[in-house]
Amino acid sequence: MSDEPVPPGAGTGTAEPRASSPTSTALLELGDIVRWFPVRAGSVEPGGRRQVRAVDGVSLEINPGETLGLVGESGCGKSTLARCAARLQELTSGTVRFSGDDISRLSAHRLRPYRRKIQMVFQDPIGSLNPRRRVGSIIAEPLIIHRIGDRSERRDRVRHLMEIVGLNPEHFNRFPGEFSGGQRQRIGIARALAVEPQLIICDEPVSALDVSIQAQIVNLLRDLQAQLSLTYLFIAHDISVVEHMSDRIAVMYLGKIVELGTTEQVMTRGRHPYSLALLSALPIADPEVEAKRRRVILRGDAPSPVDPPSGCRFRTRCPVVQERCAEEEPVLHACPGDPADHLVACHFPLGDDESLTSDGRVPK
Amino acid sequence: MTIGATLPPEVADLDGGEPARGAAAVAGRSPWRLAWERLRHDRVAIASSVTIMLIALLAICAPLIAHLVGHGPNQQYPTLGLTPDGLPRPPSGTFLFGTDDLGRDLLVRVAYGAQISLLVGVVSTAIAVVLGVLVGLTAGYVGGPVDALLCRFVDVVLSFPVLLLAIALVSIVGPGLIITIVIIAFFSWASIARIVRGQTLSLREREFVEAARSLGASSARIMVRDILPNVAAQVIVYATLLIPSAIAFEATLSFLGLGVVPPTSEWGGMLAESVGYYQVAWWFITFPGVALLITTLAFNLLGDAVRDALDPRAHSLFRNK
Repeated sequence: MSDEPVPPGAGTGTAEPRASSPTSTALLELGDIVRWFPVRAGSVEPGGRRQVRAVDGVSLEINPGETLGLVGESGCGKSTLARCAARLQELTSGTVRFSGDDISRLSAHRLRPYRRKIQMVFQDPIGSLNPRRRVGSIIAEPLIIHRIGDRSERRDRVRHLMEIVGLNPEHFNRFPGEFSGGQRQRIGIARALAVEPQLIICDEPVSALDVSIQAQIVNLLRDLQAQLSLTYLFIAHDISVVEHMSDRIAVMYLGKIVELGTTEQVMTRGRHPYSLALLSALPIADPEVEAKRRRVILRGDAPSPVDPPSGCRFRTRCPVVQERCAEEEPVLHACPGDPADHLVACHFPLGDDESLTSDGRVPK
Repeated sequence: MTIGATLPPEVADLDGGEPARGAAAVAGRSPWRLAWERLRHDRVAIASSVTIMLIALLAICAPLIAHLVGHGPNQQYPTLGLTPDGLPRPPSGTFLFGTDDLGRDLLVRVAYGAQISLLVGVVSTAIAVVLGVLVGLTAGYVGGPVDALLCRFVDVVLSFPVLLLAIALVSIVGPGLIITIVIIAFFSWASIARIVRGQTLSLREREFVEAARSLGASSARIMVRDILPNVAAQVIVYATLLIPSAIAFEATLSFLGLGVVPPTSEWGGMLAESVGYYQVAWWFITFPGVALLITTLAFNLLGDAVRDALDPRAHSLFRNK
C-alpha cells in the first residue's frame, strides 16, 4: 500500500483521523475515505499515472437504528463509497470504523466477524444471485460460511427468512431465474438478513425495479428495520426514494459530500445549489404547480473525476458560481443560524428566503 | 411521487407471495436438468450416444469376441490367415473382418483397439480438464502476477511444436500407453485453462461473487461454489470435443510408431501396418480406419449436441431455423 499516492489534503475539514473516541456512538464511522483508481497505463497520454478520484475524502457517521440516505447522480462515487464501507474495496486512504473498531486495514480472515454484522443488498437483482444455485442454497450460504446451525436448523431458518421477506417458503428449491425482479430482490434481502446483521448497506436496491415494485421493496426494508432494529446506508440516485427511506440524507457530487442533514433539512431547506437542482428534478404531483414552477437545469455533464475542477467541484455547472469558488475548496460547515447537524460545502449557500433557478438565485 | 403510499396488502403481495408457475411444480428444474431434457430430444445426440455406447460395448466385449471366434488378438495364423502368397485373407466365415499382414484376426484386433482408443481419449481428457480448470480458475480469480505467470506458461505450452516434442519425449522415455496419455493430456489442458480463465475473469466481476465476498466466503469457496458451476457448461462441451481429438492424436502417435507399441492392437498402429497392403487388401485399412472415423465423429457430434443443449441460443448445425 505504501507506494499508493497519498492524496494531498483531500480532507474535508472534519477529516482528521480520530482515535476511537468513547463519546462517539456511531455504528459506522467513515473517516476521510479516499478511493482512487489508477487509469490504465497507455490509455491516456504518457506522463504520470492518472487517477480516477471516485471517492475523494468522505467522512460520514451512521448511528444505530437510523437510515442514512446517500444520493447523487450516476458516477459520483456512491457505489464505490458503499463498497469501501463494506470493505469490498481496498481504501486508498481513510478509515472505516464499525462500533468503534477500525476495520479499514483488517485481513480477510480478521474481517470475517465483521462481515456478519455488515451485509449488502445489491442493485442488480439478476446479477447478484448465482444463476446456478437454488434459492435455498443462496440464502443459506451466509449461514454455512459463518457455521451457524446444522442442516435442519439452516433449512428452517431459510424458510423463516423467505417468509419474512414475503416469499413463498415452498419455493426454496427453485432457481433465481424462476423469480421476477422484485422477488429476486427479496431473495437478496433474505440473504443479507440471514446472519442477523446490524448494518445493511443497500446499494441502489430499487433502481433496477419498476415503480410499483420499488414501493414494495422500500416498504419491506422499512418494515424489516422496525422489526429487527436495523441500520441502513441507503443509496439511490432517486431523491424521492431516499426521502421516503431516510432519517438523514447525504448528497454526493463527484466524490465528495456537498450537503448533509436530516431529511427534513435537506428536502425543505436545502442550502447547496446541487441539492436544490436534484430536488427540482422531482416531478410535482399537481399539474398546475408543475407547469408554473421553474426548474434548475444543470448545463453540461459532470466533469471527469480524473481531473476534477479546482476549488469547488460543482463550480463548472453551478448557477451561482463566483470567483472564489475556483480558488478555494469549500468545506462542510453549518450555515449561520442552522442547526449544527446541517452541513453544506458551499461558499455561497442559499438562504431560506432565496430560491434557485437555472440563471441564478432569486428571492422567494 | 407515490412511493410512500402504503399499498393494500393484496397488491403489495402480488410480487412476493403468489406462486410463479402453479404450486405443483415447487422444485425448480435446474439448468442441468433442462439441458438434459433438451439433449434427450436431440436426435443427433441420441444417435451419437448410441454409437459411442456400441463402441464402448465393443471394447468391453473384446475378450468375449476373441473367445467366441477363438482367435486371440495377437495370435497369428500363418496358414489359415494368409494366402499361399503371404497376403492377408479377405473377410470370410472364419475371419469376419479378414486378416492382417501377419495373419491375425482383424475383428478381434479392432475390438481390442477400441479399448486403447477409449481409454486414452477419456483418461487424457480427464487429466486435461482437472489441470485446465485448476490453472484457469486460479489464474482468473487470483489475477495479478499469478495470472501473468500462469498465462505465459499456457502460451508456452500452446506454442510447442506438438509432434516434434512428442517425438523427442518418446525417444527419451520410450513409447508406451502411459507416456501417450501424459503427452496428450499435457498438450490439451492449456486450451481449457484459457477458456476457464476467460470465463472466470468476467464472472469475478459479477455481483454474486461480490455478494459472496461480502458474506465472508473464502476465495477457495467462491471459486468452487460460485464460479465453477458457471464455467462447468463450457468445460463439459470442450471436454466432449477434446475426447475425439485425443483419440485421433493417439492414433497419429501410434501410426508414427510413437504411441502404443506393437503387438498391442491399436487403430493407428493397424493403419500404419496396412499402408503397404491397401491395394491388395481393402479390409485391412478399412476396418480400423472406419472404426476410428466413427468413434471420433460420434464424439464430435455429441459434443456439438451437448453445446446446443447447454446453450440453446447458440447457432446449431443441425436444427434449421
